[in-house]
Amino acid sequence: MNLLQQLREKPWLPSPGPVVALRDGSTFYLPAATLGLRVFFAVITVVFSLLITAYGTRMAFEDWRPAPQLGLLWFNTIMLLLASAGMQWARWAARRGDRDNLAIGLLGGGICTIAFLAGQLQAWRQLEMVPTFDVMSPAIGFFYLITGLHGLHMVGGMVAWGRAAVKLWRGLDVMRLRLSVELCASYWHFLLVVWLVLFALLFSGNDNLQAILVFCGIR
Amino acid sequence: MTVALIGYILILLALCIGFCTIGRGSRGTRYAVLGSVAGAIGLGGLFVAAGSGPQSPRLHDAGLALFAVGVLANFYLLKRYFDEVEGDRHVSALRRRAAGRATKNMVALAIILVGAGTVGFHFLSPWWWTPIASNWGYVDDTIIVTFWITGVVFVAIVLFMAYCVFRYWHRDDRRAAYEPENKKLEWWLTGLTAVGVAGMLTPGLFVWNQFVTVPEDATEVEVLARQWEFAFRLPGKDGVLGTSDARNITPENPFGLNRSDPRGHDDVLIEGAELHLPINKPVKVLLRSIDVLHNFYVPEFRAKMDMVPGMITYYWFTPTRTGTFDALCFELCGIGHYAMRVKVVVEDDGKYQAWLTQQPTFARMLAQAAE
Amino acid sequence: MAYFIPTAPEDVPPAELGEVELYHAHSWITRWVFCQDAKVIAIQYSLTALAIGMVALVLSWLMRLQLGFPEAFDFIDAQAYYQFITMHGMIMVIYLLTALFLGGFGNYLIPLMVGARDMVFPYVNMLSYWIYLLAVLVLVSSFFVPGGPTGAGWTLYPPQAILSGTPGGAEWGIIIMLASLALFIIGFTMGGLNYVVTVLQARTRGMTLMRMPLTVWGIFVATILALLAFPALFVAAVMMGFDKLLGTSFFMPAIVEMGAQLKYGGGSPILFQHLFWFFGHPEVYIVALPAFGIVSDLISVHARRNIFGYRMMVWAIVIIGGLSFIVWAHHMYVSGMHPYFGFFFATTTLIIAVPTALKVYNWVLTLWRGNIHLTVPMLFAIGFIITFVNGGITGLFLGNAVVDVPLSDTMFVVAHFHMVMGVAPILVIMGAIYHWFPLMTGRMYDDRLGKVHFWITFLGAYAIFLPLHYLGLLGVPRRYFEMGETSFIPPSAATLNEFVTVMALIVGFSQLVFIFNLVWSTFWGKAAERNPWKATTLEWQTPEMPPGHGNFGDRLPIVYRWAYAYGIPGAPQDYLPQNVPPDLARVDELPEEEKRHKAAAGGHA
Repeated sequence: MNLLQQLREKPWLPSPGPVVALRDGSTFYLPAATLGLRVFFAVITVVFSLLITAYGTRMAFEDWRPAPQLGLLWFNTIMLLLASAGMQWARWAARRGDRDNLAIGLLGGGICTIAFLAGQLQAWRQLEMVPTFDVMSPAIGFFYLITGLHGLHMVGGMVAWGRAAVKLWRGLDVMRLRLSVELCASYWHFLLVVWLVLFALLFSGNDNLQAILVFCGIR
Repeated sequence: MTVALIGYILILLALCIGFCTIGRGSRGTRYAVLGSVAGAIGLGGLFVAAGSGPQSPRLHDAGLALFAVGVLANFYLLKRYFDEVEGDRHVSALRRRAAGRATKNMVALAIILVGAGTVGFHFLSPWWWTPIASNWGYVDDTIIVTFWITGVVFVAIVLFMAYCVFRYWHRDDRRAAYEPENKKLEWWLTGLTAVGVAGMLTPGLFVWNQFVTVPEDATEVEVLARQWEFAFRLPGKDGVLGTSDARNITPENPFGLNRSDPRGHDDVLIEGAELHLPINKPVKVLLRSIDVLHNFYVPEFRAKMDMVPGMITYYWFTPTRTGTFDALCFELCGIGHYAMRVKVVVEDDGKYQAWLTQQPTFARMLAQAAE
Repeated sequence: MAYFIPTAPEDVPPAELGEVELYHAHSWITRWVFCQDAKVIAIQYSLTALAIGMVALVLSWLMRLQLGFPEAFDFIDAQAYYQFITMHGMIMVIYLLTALFLGGFGNYLIPLMVGARDMVFPYVNMLSYWIYLLAVLVLVSSFFVPGGPTGAGWTLYPPQAILSGTPGGAEWGIIIMLASLALFIIGFTMGGLNYVVTVLQARTRGMTLMRMPLTVWGIFVATILALLAFPALFVAAVMMGFDKLLGTSFFMPAIVEMGAQLKYGGGSPILFQHLFWFFGHPEVYIVALPAFGIVSDLISVHARRNIFGYRMMVWAIVIIGGLSFIVWAHHMYVSGMHPYFGFFFATTTLIIAVPTALKVYNWVLTLWRGNIHLTVPMLFAIGFIITFVNGGITGLFLGNAVVDVPLSDTMFVVAHFHMVMGVAPILVIMGAIYHWFPLMTGRMYDDRLGKVHFWITFLGAYAIFLPLHYLGLLGVPRRYFEMGETSFIPPSAATLNEFVTVMALIVGFSQLVFIFNLVWSTFWGKAAERNPWKATTLEWQTPEMPPGHGNFGDRLPIVYRWAYAYGIPGAPQDYLPQNVPPDLARVDELPEEEKRHKAAAGGHA
């Protein structure tokens, strides 16, 4: 039964099927943790959508100056792509019960993530060195704010990653690790998508966001 | 003060009666009444403390002490009352039934009284809006329409609820009707509500459209707000206000006018004084703030808008009555918010022109500063 | 009175998944302090919220004293006054109402009502409480720092919130406020994920979505709203923190403060207002929806009648929740935003009145043809309906853009939101506490004291806030430390203010009766009988009362019907608990009409 049908049920009538259907106590065929993570994705999506909206609104003012472009961000993006790929590798391995590949994927993903975070820190420092740096410039303020929040979410992911890694290192059965690895992989993919959107709209020149705003008739 | 005193006595009396009624027929009533009297004395102490003011600190302290004693006594007596009532458990079923019926009637009556009190307060209380002095009579009309529509709904719901309590109070030999839903009834109610809502929304949107559409012939007046005062700028002979920017503000140029803009040199600047407006001429009020949010509101004009630093907001109205009115800041703007006010004088055109010629212009201020 | 002891018939298949591993406490500390049992967490949440709520109550007295008797109390100056109103508002809205409804009632009732042993992520749930407690402590600490707490009003509008003209703006107050809010949101998100996933995934067998009590529906939808709305406040708080600490200019335009040019430029104060109200309006419904849900159950149980139009009630909750995200700018008609937004937001705002009104009708229609017991919870429910209708219709004034123009920022607004999201939800909270008190403690409260408490609270609160509307119509502004001499306000308004202050003191003190009743009854009250209200919902069907660890003993209950099987014709009693198998209930539950319908269709029911 899909959700809409469930909501149209007349509960005072006896149920049509057997007295008690087996699964009508849970709405989705998912482990609780997976659903919890998806709800959390919704929360993060709201955070970053609001930030992008605020950014777009601010861009409308005539004193807007785009933030300086940093080549380093391309490198960071690739690192995050690799990290996500590593996590996916680990996920496939976990599904097969392949311990070695799981370790490779998890470790590779973690190292790339650390490289990404280090790269972001370096980007912060590079931006400060730019001669036109001005903390009052909204584009620069937004850059620190948004990359900072994204980085914090990444760090939070690393905590979960660390717990999975410790479990693996202690020799826990791969099958019992599977859920952790699945969740880590989803989380990494999600944050990668978030980053790609942020990067495309906000941090690689503002032309794309501008184009979207014009397309929607806002500008 | 005497009115207030009578009011307090009435409240206290009502409290005593309330306690008596609740405790009627049980053994603890004595304590309930004594308790309420103690509470009343305590409150009286509070009034004494409040009314004494800083001149008589002894009375102030005595009042507070009386208050504390009253409250403590009140709670002790309530506790005694409670103990007594606790011992009062073995009442016959018949008496309980009778008491229950009385409760039912009292509850239904109370619900009706709350409804009647609300309506009565609405019509009888002396507190109502101040007479209008602008063209926004439609705003008042929309409020009246809303009062009628919502008032009818309120009264209907309250009375129906009182009826339900009275009529469907529980009896052991009866069961509630089993009716999971009644689509037809619910759709009817939805439809009627939608009609009522539309009845309020439609005039509202029409008037809002007028409110946001400024007539062509409106004169511009700038109100500049800063913590915690208002200043005004009127266009000079050319009829146009010069450009301004908060960045230009200096002690000599408190409005931040653009010196290179010739249109601003004849602007009339008014600081620390009241604003005059000619009657029956539409005014577009341009609102500007240089520090925090403010709001410029004259209740008689029924129109307001926030002032936001970094942008210019506006509203318009036509004064229709001469007189001196209070303009207040209506958006929290810091510690001096409550003291931020100025007077607006509406007068006929002759007096207005006479006043206008006496006011300094920007050019004159600059010249004075240069001397 | 016979008590149903449900047994599972043999034809019910065993649960597909094994029972979840249940958290077990090993020591006193993990049992009562760092506990992962939702019921203990619920009580921790509730007590913390009530404690901080008492602080807010005292703050409200202090500001009422100032308004009623200006200049009578030296220790209340303008700075203190603005700090009182700010802290009172923030504590009431966020740290009391949100925390109590979702953290308190949500934690206690969701697992019990849906038939789960506990929340799905107990450890995260425990963390949620401790972060909430930390947020409260951080908030309280602002009373003791230099400059005191922030006095920017609970809306914290920049630029004034972070400038020196506002108490706590140039010192620590505002920073602490923002930090505390951020902590609260993080803590809440942890709890909120729990509530949502528990409702969606951990219901017991047979508990379809539409068989859930409306309490669960209200808390569930409110939690979703909170999860999606709090991020806006979080973002706004972080951005304002950046402006204050790092000197960015998200919300700060070029500003000349007291003659000095500040190092800000280009920001937009209105952007903050949009973010704030994108959170702030759903917040109203975060408080209101659980109240709607709980009051539906109180009315249904104590009127012994099925809730009228259950499906419409559920849909209305969902629709109100959805609409609440597109009405936020009705708080901003006079903020200086583009005036054409007014048309859109006035329309959406008044549309939301339709499902809300429908809920009110259905509550009253539940009383109609019911079998009403005037117990204390029922009285509170009736009080709620009256105050909510009153506050709701004044919402129709303020939602209509042009009516809002003269009324905004006057006492009318204060009266409106206190009536609709202050008094009304608090009456529900009190009614709910009385209703579930026997379940939580195993003892009955004192009925007489409960009634005294109800009448003083309800009539008193009504007498406080009804007159304030008319002060607002007069044009008395809100957030004024002193009214001073004003031509449009007659001196009698001061008398009215005195009256309101006296009522506020009376109502405030009468809460001691409530507290006394709760404390006394917890220890020395009469032992409660099983299921004293004869309710159908699962929380009353637990093998122990108060429910023990794991809630339901050896076997989880199985649900056979909806939560409102009251007064079914032909049933042996006027209620059928959700977990009593149909063969024990010995009744064909179909209403007459449906039976005829099925028979005509040659049905196989």
